[in-house]
Amino acid sequence: MRVAAGEMWRRMRPRGLVAVAAAVVAGLATAAVVTGLATAAVAAPDSVTIGMQLEPPNLDPTAGAAAAIDEVVYANVFEGLTRIGPDGSVLPDLARSWDISADGLVYTFHLATGVRFHDGTPFGAADVKFSLDRARAPDSANAQKQLFTPIASVDVIDPATVRVTLSRAVGNFLFDMAWGDAVIVAPQSAAHDATDPIGTGPFKFADWVRGDHIDLVRNPDYWGTPAKLARATFKFIADPTAAFAAVMAGDVDAFPNFPAPETLSQFAADPRFRVVVGSTEGETIMAINNGRKPFDDIRVRRALSYAVDRQAVIKGAEFGYGTPIGSHFSPADPGYVDLTGVYPHDPAKAKALLAAAGYGDGLHTTLKLPPPSYARRSGEIIADQLKAVGVDAEIINVEWAQWLSDVFANRDYDLTIVSHTEPADIGIYARNDYYFNYHSDAFRKIMAALDATTDAARRLALLAAAQRRIADDAVNVFLFELPKLGVWNAKLHGLWANEPIQANDLTGVYWQD
Amino acid sequence: MWLFAARRFVSLLATLVAASVVIFLVMEVLPGDPAAYMLGLNAAPDTLAALRHQLGLDQPLLVRYFAWVAGFFTGDLGISYTYRVPVAQLVAARLWVSLPLALMALALAIAIGLPAGIVAAARRNRASDIAVMGLTQFGIAVPNFWFAMLLVLAFAIGLHWFSAGGFPGWHAGFLVALKALVLPAIALALPQASILARLMRAALVETLGEDFMRTARAKGLSAGQAVRRHAVRNALVPVLTVIGLQFSFLLAGAIIIENVFFLPGLGRLIFQAITQRDLIVVKSVVLLLVAAVIIVTFAVDLASAAVDPRLRRRVR
Repeated sequence: MRVAAGEMWRRMRPRGLVAVAAAVVAGLATAAVVTGLATAAVAAPDSVTIGMQLEPPNLDPTAGAAAAIDEVVYANVFEGLTRIGPDGSVLPDLARSWDISADGLVYTFHLATGVRFHDGTPFGAADVKFSLDRARAPDSANAQKQLFTPIASVDVIDPATVRVTLSRAVGNFLFDMAWGDAVIVAPQSAAHDATDPIGTGPFKFADWVRGDHIDLVRNPDYWGTPAKLARATFKFIADPTAAFAAVMAGDVDAFPNFPAPETLSQFAADPRFRVVVGSTEGETIMAINNGRKPFDDIRVRRALSYAVDRQAVIKGAEFGYGTPIGSHFSPADPGYVDLTGVYPHDPAKAKALLAAAGYGDGLHTTLKLPPPSYARRSGEIIADQLKAVGVDAEIINVEWAQWLSDVFANRDYDLTIVSHTEPADIGIYARNDYYFNYHSDAFRKIMAALDATTDAARRLALLAAAQRRIADDAVNVFLFELPKLGVWNAKLHGLWANEPIQANDLTGVYWQD
Repeated sequence: MWLFAARRFVSLLATLVAASVVIFLVMEVLPGDPAAYMLGLNAAPDTLAALRHQLGLDQPLLVRYFAWVAGFFTGDLGISYTYRVPVAQLVAARLWVSLPLALMALALAIAIGLPAGIVAAARRNRASDIAVMGLTQFGIAVPNFWFAMLLVLAFAIGLHWFSAGGFPGWHAGFLVALKALVLPAIALALPQASILARLMRAALVETLGEDFMRTARAKGLSAGQAVRRHAVRNALVPVLTVIGLQFSFLLAGAIIIENVFFLPGLGRLIFQAITQRDLIVVKSVVLLLVAAVIIVTFAVDLASAAVDPRLRRRVR
């Protein structure tokens, strides 16, 4: 061994080594160029590559809260009784029509026929019963179990008809059944959906190179209008700069939630790309621990609302993209009421309210910030604005897991910034055990009335009252609706501009010059 | 030699056992509940309890430790909490990216760094020495993520020779996969090559002044022969140690480069697993990396002992 090593070094003269190094480098370069030219020419018009910042942990939307799961499988792989359309409305899906009893307690769904799961098993009412019963079972791991708790029983009438009986009226039940968490799965494949999802949708799961991409292919046996694309690839690019490079280089055709807003103007100026600024269901708020001193005093909470300049936050944290909100409600929703005028930016009034509450000399508090850039950037700006009225908010950066245990589960926080991305989620303010520590019988009454109402006009009135209630109570400081910043190839059509539910619905996507 | 190797091997095993205990305990005290992370903002308490039970998080500490260690011998490292696939499969897939990338980068670094260092030492204070030293200074000073971005800008966005990143997988074809690793390997190799060149030069310059070099010349060897037969071999011991360290670093420490090129490597796997509290993945990958470092160090010790017999005697 010793001799061999010595021999080797004696033979390898310095000049020889240089030559070897040069040969290696040259070889790599030519190999790269040759294969590069070969692959650059291939751009099949019936496939698409979608960029996403976060990779889904698994692909079972009924057993996880990660938005990335729905962003891959919603409407593409899995389908529910109903679904959400691009404008946020509830559309028929596997249930083609339904009858609702006069008291709003019994829903009879008429199902599509001739539907098969991707593994070939026929779909029927029994699968609906299985899926809903599984989601509401005691050992259910469904992240949105509250959607299913009002269900009293699910009965199969015949293979194409299913009857769902509720224990109390839920005005929004059809919307609830359109969530990704309520998709219909099959008994024989449900256990493996996390790694091998079997749905009824227009795309089938094909391949997953973890950490890099997921491939879907067109389902040739789809029961409805078949997808126009033969193949879709979701590519995971976490770093904003890398996302920019990937779109610019043409590695991805679309980045529907583009993470680098500072570079959008570059894409807007380039005719190869289209920049689409839309809305999401993400109410970004500075949450206040209503149960903790001094924030149990409504004057202090109102003072915080007056102290914050939303426009400055949007400009500084989101490069100007984002709509200010005055309550916990999406401006894209038909029931939206503009309450941004309730607490205009008024530092003098904030100071007066703080003085009246006994904090004329200022107060010290903490502001816990989770990792997303909207939270970290907004936090810096807001801390500065609060300082101007005498509130010294010490910033504490936390990881998501830590945020979930400290802030969300143990409610150990004063202030925090987070975006609530679930659609139509104002109901969380009626939950006693929620991390805001907000307890209002008046608000709960409104929500109870809302649940018992299916009449559209009456629902809108109640939703408006609910928005006003929490704005008046200054439960949280309502900042802005998270924008949906999309960049895609100008020849690509059919992607959603807005995001009424977290999804990348590819069923209507196609290429056209 | 054999006694030396056996001793080193025993200390290798002891280090591994100690590391496994420390890693396991650190993961236990880390705040944050994987089940809470997976279920998000609307999770009900009984749902959390159900998921914790499913994941086996409600079992006693000792049971979980021994189950984990036993897993290393059977190859069953458990199921990832978030991905829901076997950890061994997950790690193996990432190794197929990280290992070739590390080897490519190291090969490049050695192929460029060592000859450059030898040339610089042999022509000390002449133009080629100054040029090599200037370039290596640049190579060390430039942050490699920035250099990586320049590479992307030039070769992906500008010339379209390469894709901006990503890894198609080896099943997409050997050349296609290899091509995806070229830019990252160059970005990783630049600082390492610079370090090796400077180290090689310094070590060689030192040995050139040793008495035995004069003796070698005195017994009739030419300057070049003396350098090749005696100086390079003596200077190689510190260089080998550093190459060992560099390999361990490249295997796990490429995370920044992996991010720039969005490569599914080990570095990103561990980063992602930590933020998602996928602790079963974290502890297995960390232990594997510790094992890799210890084994590489072991190999370097043996190689150094082979190159320089004095090292063996000293230990005995």
